[in-house]
Amino acid sequence: MMDFFSELASNPGITKAMWPAFIETMQMTLVSGLVTVLIGIPLGVLLLTSNKNGLAPLRWLNWLLSAVIVNITRSIPFAILMIALIPFSALVVGTALGPMGASVSLTIGTIPFYARLVETALKEVSSGKIDAAKVMGSTRMQIVRKVYLPEAMPGIIDATTTTIVTLIGYTAMAGVLGGGGLGYLAYNYGYVRYELEIMVVTIVILVALVQLVQFFGDRISTRINHR
Amino acid sequence: MITVSDLRKVYRQGSDEVVALAGVSLEVPTGKIHGIVGHSGAGKSTLVRCLTLLDRPTSGTVAVNGTELTNVSDNQLRDARRRIGMVFQHANLFDSRTTAQNIAYPLELVGTPKAEITAKVTELLELVGLSKFGKAYPSQLSGGQRQRVGIARALATDPDILLCDEPTSALDPKTTDEILDLIKKLRDRLNITVLIITHEMHVVKQACDSVSLLEAGRIVEHGDLDTVINTAGSSLATTLLPLPGDAPRAEGSGDILDIIYSGEQANDPVLSSVARRFDIDINVLAGAVEQMGEHQFARLRIQLPATADTAEVVNYLKSIGVAVTQKGDAK
Ligand SMILES: Nc1ncnc2c1ncn2[C@@H]1O[C@H](COP(=O)(O)OP(=O)(O)OP(=O)(O)O)[C@@H](O)[C@H]1O
Ligand SMILES: [Mg+2]
Repeated sequence: MMDFFSELASNPGITKAMWPAFIETMQMTLVSGLVTVLIGIPLGVLLLTSNKNGLAPLRWLNWLLSAVIVNITRSIPFAILMIALIPFSALVVGTALGPMGASVSLTIGTIPFYARLVETALKEVSSGKIDAAKVMGSTRMQIVRKVYLPEAMPGIIDATTTTIVTLIGYTAMAGVLGGGGLGYLAYNYGYVRYELEIMVVTIVILVALVQLVQFFGDRISTRINHR
Repeated sequence: MITVSDLRKVYRQGSDEVVALAGVSLEVPTGKIHGIVGHSGAGKSTLVRCLTLLDRPTSGTVAVNGTELTNVSDNQLRDARRRIGMVFQHANLFDSRTTAQNIAYPLELVGTPKAEITAKVTELLELVGLSKFGKAYPSQLSGGQRQRVGIARALATDPDILLCDEPTSALDPKTTDEILDLIKKLRDRLNITVLIITHEMHVVKQACDSVSLLEAGRIVEHGDLDTVINTAGSSLATTLLPLPGDAPRAEGSGDILDIIYSGEQANDPVLSSVARRFDIDINVLAGAVEQMGEHQFARLRIQLPATADTAEVVNYLKSIGVAVTQKGDAK
């Protein structure tokens, strides 16, 4: 047992490569998580409001968002989407490689998923509350900002937690496909060189990361839920 | 004052047309509480949605103090809506906001200054008896308290009309009476016009000055409470003053009369005066006496002896202001 730990402490894969890999993974998760939330929430709102019984029904927009963008993107396996998006990533951030390159395809891969979750959370807001807001003379923008979003916030936080957890899993795959990070480390040392301990440590870190995100996500969601 | 003229609403269901409102006209004077009752499917909810312009009426107009609310642009519509405060069956409070923030909502919409909002909210909380609950969230309140918050929120814009859609249907009898008392108190204090949509006759008896009966999208009976009850054969009268179930079956062959009398006569010995005048024995089969608003109402089912002259008795009763229906004449 002592052997295992002393070996870990002297393994260059851990002492040298682990920390930068961890940083890269965090970079990918945070950058793509942030962009996903920034784009996904408005998209979720549009999905809801452009619906035929929504605040501002717009058939073609709803069809475009729902059928074309969200459903098609969601049905493509992530690994394939990543490869397909390599030229696009190169166009946007100058490279398809490294954490920044991978973040582009990670973001595009998760936005549709997240937007659907946000839409579902918004749908939970009872129509009675929306009627009340309308009767009091709210504009559509006020209904979205002062009623839909605050009332659905616990659900949106849950959706964000789920999405970040999924993203952490995706970063591992993106790592193998050129993004770097813990996924690449595990692949390189654990699979190619078959250094089992690197594999184990990576798994432990990833599991801990997911637990941490889930824990704080749940806490925030409970804290702001007054229902 | 609210004036509704010839309001029609037709829903399209595929190729079918559902006429939910078939020309409703209604006028409620300032400071009066008007009840609208009707069975399920009569069009009550549709009427509410048209009055608040949540649904555009197919035709007809709604006016508050002479200003028409229908046929205005979207922007004007928002202002128009602020003249009608609405109270919902399930309060429909925002769960993410405290009581005070819920009441502040309609004020925030028009950018009311903070200090003004605080003052108004404090005043409204006091008005509905919830001064201590400003910081509570809706989930921490009872159903009756939530409804009070809903009422306070509806009053925040100083509307001319308070429209209540089944305001007590989710509450127990005691809380129902508390909420109705509150609505009456607010009417007295603010001289606001109130419309209560309900399927509970109790609400009408307890709180309303006048009442309309909605049936299949039409108002089939309407009037002040005492007038409606004193109208022979009116179905509002019979539902408002039901005879105790299973009235004993009449014996013998004498004519049976349903009589309703109110106000001053309710205390007068109507029956004994009839008995003395015609020298007959009157058999009371069933009866109900109830206090509604200011007045007391009595409804009796009586049987005259076979030998009595029914027409004479009926005429006499009518002459002293008693509503009479001869059984067999009407329901
Ligand atoms: N959106 C709609 N589309 C089609 N028909 C409708 C719609 N809303 C109501 N109706 C019809 O209009 C009629 C009146 O319905 P409404 O909901 O106003 O009745 P109600 O008096 O409120 O009944 P309840 O007491 O059960 O709530 C019904 O026949 C109903 O089927
Ligand atoms: Mg209804």
